[in-house]
Amino acid sequence: MSDWVIEAENLTKIYKMGDIEVHALCGLSLQIAQGEIVSIMGPSGSGKSTLMNIIGCLDRPTSGEYFLDSERVSDLSDDQLASIRNRKVGFVFQSFNLLPRATALANVELPMRYAGVGRGRRERARAALESVGLGDRIHHRPNELSGGQQQRVAIARALVNEPAIILADEPTGNLDSRSGEEIMQLLLSLNRQRGTTLIIVTHDPDVAVHTQRSIRIRDGVVEDGS
Amino acid sequence: MNLWTSFLEALESLSANKLRSGLTILGIVIGVAAVIAMISIGRGAENTITGSIQGIGTNLLFVFRGGSEEVRNPKPITLGDAEAMADPFLAPSVAEVAPVLQGDGKVSYGGESTLTSVSGVTPQYGPVRNVAVTEGEFINEEHSLGRASVVLLGTQVAEKLFGRKAGLVGETVRIEGQPFRVLGILEEKGGSAFANQDDQVLIPLTTAQTRLIRRSTRDRVDMLLVQAVSAQAVPQASEEIAQILRSRHQTEIGADDFTVLTQQDFLDTARTITGVLTIFLGGIAAISLLVGGIGIMNIMLVSVTERTREIGLRKALGARKIDILVQFLTESSVLSLVGGLIGILLGWLISVVVGRIAAANDAAINPAIGLDTVLLATLFSTAVGLFFGLYPANRAASLEPVEALRYE
Repeated sequence: MSDWVIEAENLTKIYKMGDIEVHALCGLSLQIAQGEIVSIMGPSGSGKSTLMNIIGCLDRPTSGEYFLDSERVSDLSDDQLASIRNRKVGFVFQSFNLLPRATALANVELPMRYAGVGRGRRERARAALESVGLGDRIHHRPNELSGGQQQRVAIARALVNEPAIILADEPTGNLDSRSGEEIMQLLLSLNRQRGTTLIIVTHDPDVAVHTQRSIRIRDGVVEDGS
Repeated sequence: MNLWTSFLEALESLSANKLRSGLTILGIVIGVAAVIAMISIGRGAENTITGSIQGIGTNLLFVFRGGSEEVRNPKPITLGDAEAMADPFLAPSVAEVAPVLQGDGKVSYGGESTLTSVSGVTPQYGPVRNVAVTEGEFINEEHSLGRASVVLLGTQVAEKLFGRKAGLVGETVRIEGQPFRVLGILEEKGGSAFANQDDQVLIPLTTAQTRLIRRSTRDRVDMLLVQAVSAQAVPQASEEIAQILRSRHQTEIGADDFTVLTQQDFLDTARTITGVLTIFLGGIAAISLLVGGIGIMNIMLVSVTERTREIGLRKALGARKIDILVQFLTESSVLSLVGGLIGILLGWLISVVVGRIAAANDAAINPAIGLDTVLLATLFSTAVGLFFGLYPANRAASLEPVEALRYE
């Protein structure tokens, strides 16, 4: 169809809070090409998080069309969305969101378990951890790792199923500037090596300078950069 | 995601909260242990009771006065009835007939006395009831004809009056003040839930009729013990007895004024009673299992709330509804399964201890734990875990990933 890995057309999202309707997205359209590095910026309340949830298939738009990797996902069921997230989206969160009782290896194996990967899970998880530079920490639990190392585990977990996009929500928000910079470099190098599309939601201009394109959201529409 | 990994994962997350999981398991342990103990004790009681009924003799029939309630003025059972039944032409299936007069009396020796059951019996009583003497002799025809003042003591009575069970032949005891010579000591039958055969004395029927247990007419008796020629002939004997009594009592058709009971009737009644008892006890115990199940539900709800973020993350990583459902159901089933297994052990222990205590108190209850009880308890406790885990697990599975990830 096209080279666009993300194609959103006229997205709207309306939240009902009691009697009040909140228009989080008002006819937003967006395209992101395969292999691109994009930052999504905007003040709080701009609809940035809503857009991220829809791009990450965590939520559905109220209306509009959304294609991820040429698959129409705007009206799939919950379980179908779960399967899309599993195969096509790698999440990196601000607060890492690792399972505290599981080792780094088990955390990275988790997406493969839901994908139904049987054999070779362990080897693939090990390889993913090695590619983020944590080959010697695979049996450590999150509380035995530094913030930067935990985020590396999260990145390894995000890419282990070879997704079409990596969606990072303030990936450096909980880190000091040095490990933040290291994480950014790691994400950029993954993009170079694997060609994975990288979408970073942030309000940190220092992060945004690393990206090829910056999309600014305001009041539920793209203000600049589409 | 295979079952084994989810089982391991469940163990892991349960062991993260050891005290909480332990207390939840305790609820199930107590429930299952109570069910197992109660059912096995109930079964043990049933076995003991039916065993003692079977000890009466398999080819024995009891004939009493009075039939169904509608029959007015039932005619008494008499010695004449007994003689008719003993006639091999009238009742070929009947081997022996032993008429019995029954009453209570105070038996005393020196300063000691005891209230016990006094039965007037004929020499046939010995072989029919399968009782023998350990010393002395049984009541014979001579004693019967002579209305002799002789008595056979049960061991418990002998123990109470003399403090021993042997060397008593020739002593004189008083029954209701009248002197009786001790003819012999009855063989010990052991404690029985049905009727204690060691706590009784036997005297000749004729003596009882004239001196101790007076009835309105001379030849009237309380009960006939009838021995059939074989165990197979019991139904036949029952029918013959009924025919004889119907013609002798001139009853209307379908309005028998007597009752013939066989050992099977007693067994059936006893089984019904103990069966109800077992169900009753088990039912009460099952309530505690139910309470344990509610404990599981409670703790799983807490766990789901605590782990909302984890659930959100798992969903973001591609967990489907069913994956989350299975995860939490596995946890609750593991709780109840572990509780069930410990509960089976504990229940077994309790029933053994109860059995020992009962044995020490001469009431032999042999608790019987069957494989079916164990299977039932395991199945039931797992089902409890599944049932009470279903609601919390479903709640976890239907969380919206966006909401769950945002949860603090």
